[in-house]
Amino acid sequence: MQKINSNHLLKVDGLSVSFVTRNGIARAVEDISFTVDRGKTTAIIGESGSGKSVSCYSLLGLIPTPPGKIDSGSAIFDGQDLLRLSDERLRSIRGRRISMIFQDPMTCLNPFMTIGKQLAEPLICHQRLRRGQARDLSIELLREVGIREPEVTIDCFPHEFSGGMRQRVMIAMALINEPELLIADEPTTALDVTIQAQMLSLITELQNKRDLGVIFISHDLSVVSDFADDVIVMQKGRIVESGDRSSILGSPTHPYTKKLLSAIPRGGKAVSSVRGDDPLVQVKNLNTWFSSARYRTPIRAVSNVSFSILPGEVVGLVGESGSGKSTLGRSIVQLIKPTSGSVKFADLELTKLSNSSMKHQRRFMQIIFQDPFASLNPRMTVFDTLAEPMHLHKIVENKDVTSAVFKIMNDVGLTRSSVRKYPHEFSGGQRQRIAIGRALAVRPKFIVADEPVSALDVTIQSQVLTLIQELIDEYGLTMLFISHDLSVIRKISDRILIMHKGSIVEEGSSSKIFEHPENDYTRALIDAIPGRKLQVS
Amino acid sequence: MTEQEDLEINDIASGSSLSKDAWIRLRKNRPALGGLIILTAFFAIALFTPWIAPYGYEVQDLNLGATGPSQDHWLGTDIFGRDLLTQIMYGGRISLSVGFLATIVALFIGVTWGSIAGFVGGRIDSVMMRLVDILYALPFMIFIILLMVVFGRNMLLLFLAIGAVEWLTMARIMRGQVQNLRQQEFVEAAVAIGLSRSVILVRHIIPNAIGPIIVYTTLTIPSVMLLEAFLSFLGLGIQPPETSWGLLIAYGAETMEEYPWLLLFPGFFLAVTLFSLNFLGDGLRDALDVRGAKD
Repeated sequence: MQKINSNHLLKVDGLSVSFVTRNGIARAVEDISFTVDRGKTTAIIGESGSGKSVSCYSLLGLIPTPPGKIDSGSAIFDGQDLLRLSDERLRSIRGRRISMIFQDPMTCLNPFMTIGKQLAEPLICHQRLRRGQARDLSIELLREVGIREPEVTIDCFPHEFSGGMRQRVMIAMALINEPELLIADEPTTALDVTIQAQMLSLITELQNKRDLGVIFISHDLSVVSDFADDVIVMQKGRIVESGDRSSILGSPTHPYTKKLLSAIPRGGKAVSSVRGDDPLVQVKNLNTWFSSARYRTPIRAVSNVSFSILPGEVVGLVGESGSGKSTLGRSIVQLIKPTSGSVKFADLELTKLSNSSMKHQRRFMQIIFQDPFASLNPRMTVFDTLAEPMHLHKIVENKDVTSAVFKIMNDVGLTRSSVRKYPHEFSGGQRQRIAIGRALAVRPKFIVADEPVSALDVTIQSQVLTLIQELIDEYGLTMLFISHDLSVIRKISDRILIMHKGSIVEEGSSSKIFEHPENDYTRALIDAIPGRKLQVS
Repeated sequence: MTEQEDLEINDIASGSSLSKDAWIRLRKNRPALGGLIILTAFFAIALFTPWIAPYGYEVQDLNLGATGPSQDHWLGTDIFGRDLLTQIMYGGRISLSVGFLATIVALFIGVTWGSIAGFVGGRIDSVMMRLVDILYALPFMIFIILLMVVFGRNMLLLFLAIGAVEWLTMARIMRGQVQNLRQQEFVEAAVAIGLSRSVILVRHIIPNAIGPIIVYTTLTIPSVMLLEAFLSFLGLGIQPPETSWGLLIAYGAETMEEYPWLLLFPGFFLAVTLFSLNFLGDGLRDALDVRGAKD
């Protein structure tokens, strides 16, 4: 077979993949064509289920067949059609000339092997190096992906690394055989914004140094907007639009691309909803410490935090994972008992309330959790979930509960017909609507929203965010909105608190935080927002 | 709003959705429904045995001896000339009641004990589970024999004694499940709503933990039945002329070569009961797992 076009590192033409299921044939990918060049990045964008991962996995023979089946198409890599290679030939390419980075760095490393052993394995197996050589090379590579003191850390186990470090190790593993093409499947989705920014610049840097071709799969257009050369937008297994970055981002033609672009949260809150000057929630010198058997000193998850929230105000709380922001939210609504300090809710000192009077107060304050898959009881229907708090606090008379449930369902955008369904029958966005409905069922005054949109796809995220904004107005809610994503926070909040290592490092109106950040950490957070070019435009 | 919708709404508001949905699902599961029907029939027969049995359980015809199935004795007779069908019917009374009552005792204690230990946690959990460990360590045969020797042979005591041993594993399974569920966010959400701990335990945690318990229960019932046979064989359980399936099988096994029907027929009834239980147990587990395939 002759080389068709030496410029293209990979040329995929007319690829179609289908899965045979009980309900017939599902066409996961239909007639996909794209190219990847050396030293360039092709980004594939789409929401979950759009076929973006399947199309790349099928190139490497990584989809199970059956039920998967490659119906047609070709994928020319270095003059060979990947789709028609024998398993053995494909194995020599996979992991060696084409390698992958996966989404979740926690599950992709073997917890029982040291980093060094896992890195050396492909070297010994593919390049037939001796152990000593493999180790030296591994150390060199770890240094290249930005791991400090690689001579020491090479003998650590994966659990001793943070999420970002693990993802660096994953990248090192992917690069160890000096591949020509790197497929990155949502490599930063599980990471914090600041670490995400570091990861993206690392990938770009390595790419320039090694002349790598990169396929970057993501659901988030803003993530790739800074560095992708070509962008492919996929929906329901088809490419709806493709082109170079500036044309896709600057003048999108397909409505779906426009929808994706408009889903990126930008700008601030239009009208302030603050009513009155007497704070509804007042937190003073709040400390929440956890004692642990491993460390002698307690972990100070929240340390000496003070702030207040006015009635009708939406306060955004930003910080990366481990900064204590969720603990703070839970401490305020007394799901975690604070170690010391005071939380006043409408002049009532919550920390001193007895259990039974606190249960009574829960009517007025609710919490929405991050993961709608975990926060709903899998064995309760929507009706039971929404009716339970109403019955408990006698919000409406028993005979009116059903109509009250329908009212809530209507408010959060669920159809009446789904009232008898169980959580697993809903998508992530719909589940989050149920969870929001449950929080609203008692008609609370104050809600702690703990990363309510972080687990959702971008387009769904923007719908749920809009819903929350509408509900704030309709129900006259006061809210503490917790997120790691500054652009989401900016869109919804009147005021922003920045949290770092258990303390609040900066506080101010959202325009002040964004335009004149004072703290270094705040500045780092703002710089890490992906798609800053989009924000400005 | 149409009348149809009104009806639906009233329907929605009444009763717990889970148990109703579970029943609808169970009804669609053929093997489970079959198991349920067979078990119900066995129970009905056991209940009415004194009235419907062809002979009295003490009636024997020594002249007859062991004969195979015949017009007068459908399932044949044993070496004392007693009607086997009658014996199986009376035996079923004992076996079914020991099997189910002892298991219900075990289920009740085990689920309560395990879920409280798992849910409360901390020191109370440690104390409760150490107690379980200690009881585990006691050789249970000695425990039962002691009970029997001290209090005499007594059916009720037999239930209690077997139940008191079998609950230990239930408690352990339940505790593990509850410990796992306790950390789930939906439990935290239930706390945030303001529910009391007992309501959370009963309404949110136990329904989600019940799958493995049901399976284990269906395995416990047959093992309890065999345990009763073993105790009776040792002379600690049921004594002739009273009988149970376990005893019938044990005696039948002795004379297997000469009179195979004495083993086959009681064995058949025990086997059918066990199959029914297994199908019903699997069906119940699937019916309560709302995540199972929706038809």
